Amino acid sequence: MTSPVFDRIAAIIAENSEVPAEKITPEAHVINDLGIDSLDFLDIVFAIDKAFGIKVPVEAWTQEVNAGKAPAEQYFVMGNLAQRIEELVAAKQAGG
Amino acid sequence: MRLEYFQMVDRVVELGAESITVASTVPDASPVFEGHFPGYPILPGVLMVETMAQAGGWLLLALNGLSRMPFLSKVGEAKFRGFVGPGSALTVHANRIHDGSGYAVCSARIESGGKRVADAEITYRVMDFPAPELERMMRDTAKRIGLPGHG
Repeated sequence: MTSPVFDRIAAIIAENSEVPAEKITPEAHVINDLGIDSLDFLDIVFAIDKAFGIKVPVEAWTQEVNAGKAPAEQYFVMGNLAQRIEELVAAKQAGG
Repeated sequence: MRLEYFQMVDRVVELGAESITVASTVPDASPVFEGHFPGYPILPGVLMVETMAQAGGWLLLALNGLSRMPFLSKVGEAKFRGFVGPGSALTVHANRIHDGSGYAVCSARIESGGKRVADAEITYRVMDFPAPELERMMRDTAKRIGLPGHG
């Protein structure tokens, strides 16, 4: 059972890459498993930003991962990515 | 414009909160026109894209205070609606339509003689300057083209 946010993100990824929809599972790592390159990922982030009216803080996430402050899985595994997006949407709705 | 040096923007006409207008004049002569095309010189479409990309790039640079460099990463929906010959005066408009994390998207268009001759949606990866020489050149160019706040 996946969340509506997950399903929306999965649809966006399928639309903006050559990844077949059935490969986009909650356990899939966006880069390592789905093989999405940086330009496709940029398109995907743009589509997510627009779809949810948020600004996905990819730079801050990448810096955290590169500095060893967070595991890459926290942001770039599909299930976790959907959860982060849900948090961003909730924060926006709360006026944060 | 100095086509051989990729200097596509002559001067900034107007800078708004999310938009920029720049002016450029296509040179009367250039080696580019010797090949594109003999007897029928026109500005290559790829250089029109570059012109729109630079206009949007200067908008992003102005908005970030010349702190980070926008690099062209995607050109979408580019259309070339008319030929542009030597000596043409161009007006280029660009609007920032999205400000993302580490990237930005602009829509841009070129007008010549009151007609739209090209438009595109351009995506930039926005990064720290990777070389001091590049940052220096951008600051010098900002002065040359009269980027508000830097001219």
